[in-house]
Amino acid sequence: MSAVFLFEQDGLRALLTFLLVGATFGSLLGFAAVRFASDDSSLVDTINAVLPQTQCGQCGYPGCRPYAEAISLGEAINKCPPGGEETIVELAQLLGTEPLPLDPDHGTETPAKVAFIREAECIGCTKCIQACPVDAILGAAKQMHTVIASECTGCDLCIEPCPVDCIDLLEISSTPTSAMHSGQDDSPIRVTTTRVKAPL
Amino acid sequence: MSIQLFDFHGGICPPEHKADSNAEPIRAAPIPQQLVIPLSQRQGSAARVIVRLGQAVRTGETIAEPVDELGVAVHASSSGVITAIDHRVTLTGEVAECIIIDTDGIDRWHAMTPHPTWREYSPIQLIDLIQSAGIVGMGGAGFPTAHKLSASHIDTLIINGAECEPYITADDLTMRERAERVLLGAEILQQITAARRVLIAIEDNKAEAIEQISSALVARGEQYQLATVPTRYPSGGEKQLIQLLTGEQVPQGGLPADIGVICHNIGTCAAIADAIATGVPLISRITTFTGGAISQRGNLEVRIGTPLSHLLNWTGFDQDQCHKLLAGGSIMGKLIIDGDAPVTKTTHCILAATHTELPDPAPASPCIRCGLCAEACPAKLLPQQLYWYSRSRQFEPLAKYGLTDCIECGVCTYVCPSSIPLVDYFVTAKTEIKTKQDEQQRAEHARERFESRQARLARDANEKEAARAARKAQATANPEQSRFADQLDPVQAAIERAKTKKKQLLMAQPETPDPSVTRLELTSQLEVMSQRLSDAKLNNADQKILTALEASIALIQSQLSDDRIDESKPSDLAESKHINPAGDI
Repeated sequence: MSAVFLFEQDGLRALLTFLLVGATFGSLLGFAAVRFASDDSSLVDTINAVLPQTQCGQCGYPGCRPYAEAISLGEAINKCPPGGEETIVELAQLLGTEPLPLDPDHGTETPAKVAFIREAECIGCTKCIQACPVDAILGAAKQMHTVIASECTGCDLCIEPCPVDCIDLLEISSTPTSAMHSGQDDSPIRVTTTRVKAPL
Repeated sequence: MSIQLFDFHGGICPPEHKADSNAEPIRAAPIPQQLVIPLSQRQGSAARVIVRLGQAVRTGETIAEPVDELGVAVHASSSGVITAIDHRVTLTGEVAECIIIDTDGIDRWHAMTPHPTWREYSPIQLIDLIQSAGIVGMGGAGFPTAHKLSASHIDTLIINGAECEPYITADDLTMRERAERVLLGAEILQQITAARRVLIAIEDNKAEAIEQISSALVARGEQYQLATVPTRYPSGGEKQLIQLLTGEQVPQGGLPADIGVICHNIGTCAAIADAIATGVPLISRITTFTGGAISQRGNLEVRIGTPLSHLLNWTGFDQDQCHKLLAGGSIMGKLIIDGDAPVTKTTHCILAATHTELPDPAPASPCIRCGLCAEACPAKLLPQQLYWYSRSRQFEPLAKYGLTDCIECGVCTYVCPSSIPLVDYFVTAKTEIKTKQDEQQRAEHARERFESRQARLARDANEKEAARAARKAQATANPEQSRFADQLDPVQAAIERAKTKKKQLLMAQPETPDPSVTRLELTSQLEVMSQRLSDAKLNNADQKILTALEASIALIQSQLSDDRIDESKPSDLAESKHINPAGDI
């Protein structure tokens, strides 16, 4: 009798109705969260696809995937100097956060590079081969080593272990871009001056 | 019989300037002292060098071979000696590997193989001949012709003689003077593609070319038709021309072959005819030299690899008059970066424009969204939207708005009242997208290599661990077989053995004297000891020594009195290590 009486009070009826509706949808959402949980590894894969895959470890993790895993668990997104601003913006878009400036503790953004072994100086110690994260160095003990330029990510990890300091990081030279004729000052294409030999 | 024409969207009718250069017949340009012949064309893959430094070559000799179906052969444009194989800058500033020939001035020809019976050849044979003759699209794109011809199910073959861009007259003059050769090339292409009909499209501003082609067509069958198209830029664009003639659109991201059409340029046809009928590979092309800064305007037959400066000198080029030097026409032409760079297979026009011909455009003002560009765009794109997204580098919307369908014809830039260099933005955005895709591909490759390396290291570690576990398991199963089965035990056992041995020795000595110690030995020891004692006594030695010696003598005497010592075994004595054999005597 008393329950029916309580239900007949307007305020209480409203409260109970909302409680009931809340509980129903709450449990539905809770079920959906468990049943349709986003696959954690797919998130890591997506983050990893944005990272530049230099495997340089400048972020403090041993490679890009470990950093991607750390980001998925809440690590800061601004620790990747090879990716630079572009990667940070993409990560921010992906994760729905604010882009941050690159953390200078982990290095600064530099142009793309490739390692080069001065082969005459190489003693064949294989230390760089062991350090290379992408197997881009070819050689054997007491044989000259060389970098396969197309495989090198310019991560810089081979520089430190070299006992004779015979590895350089060279900037990848970009060929001059082709030019459209407009040559306007506000054109996005930069053109060097025309050079023609004076006619005889 | 005239064929039905359709229409394409947009387009412009700029001043033609064709009369500047189409009055004179084609002249043969002089051969320069040095030829710089690029190994790669604008598209496709670079050829592989098959000559060595210092080698003498003759005109038309193959100097580089294609490596795949996207490459073409490269030939010596004149006889001479190979003096360098090096990277050189092209007209528009790209860097390409080139073969450099110092010419001998004789122009001695390599033996050519004509194919008069080409009508009996299979399409594959003909395509091979076209590839080894080094033929690429001569209209400017430079796509390898042989590769384009590998498409099947072709219904309509279009021979593109529209030549819609202002100033250029190279195709016009080719048709006027070489109509037979152009149609012979068309016949060869028809045989390869088995096209049902062949349409030769010419813009209606080329009256003499139309006349020449139509009179040459009289001898050909019904399937060859002349299509006169209205003069409107860019009617010569491949997709626009196809739409004009067939009313069909090439699907987005597709090829003309998808709708059964294939399109080849007039110049390409002439080159094919030369290659098959006479065996002469592509070593020269017709290039228009025009513009107010050139006094002897006209069309030159130029050997591929001739430095531009050599030709400019010959045509009366005036550097002071020249405001802009372009490779191509006034709309699509590209600014020439290096005037010493060579003419290539795709250089169809050199425009040395004066200030009045091509004035500097006004500085760009903001886009006012007038929509003129969208009305003029022949690809039916929205250039103002593309401009917006190119500026802000938003690549996804760019793809959505069809940036890849932009043919870079320059119509939007031409009509823009704010004089915004729209095409420049689109070219830049395309390059950036390409760079980004390349980077992504590289990153993907690096990721794969990193992951396979990690997998390899893990596998190695696992294998080591497994081997160790296997050894251990084996050792516990049959310990006597394993050397390392009880690594700690051998030491322990040795210590134990040593201990017991010591103990045994200590225990055994008083009870069972060493059998080797004999009465004879003891007697001699006793003698030595007594001698030492007397010596010590004489030298007033320390009391301790005297007592020790006395104790030893007492011990020996007690042992001598022990009857257990074996007196026999004289032979053992001699063998014994402990006693000097000399002592026996």
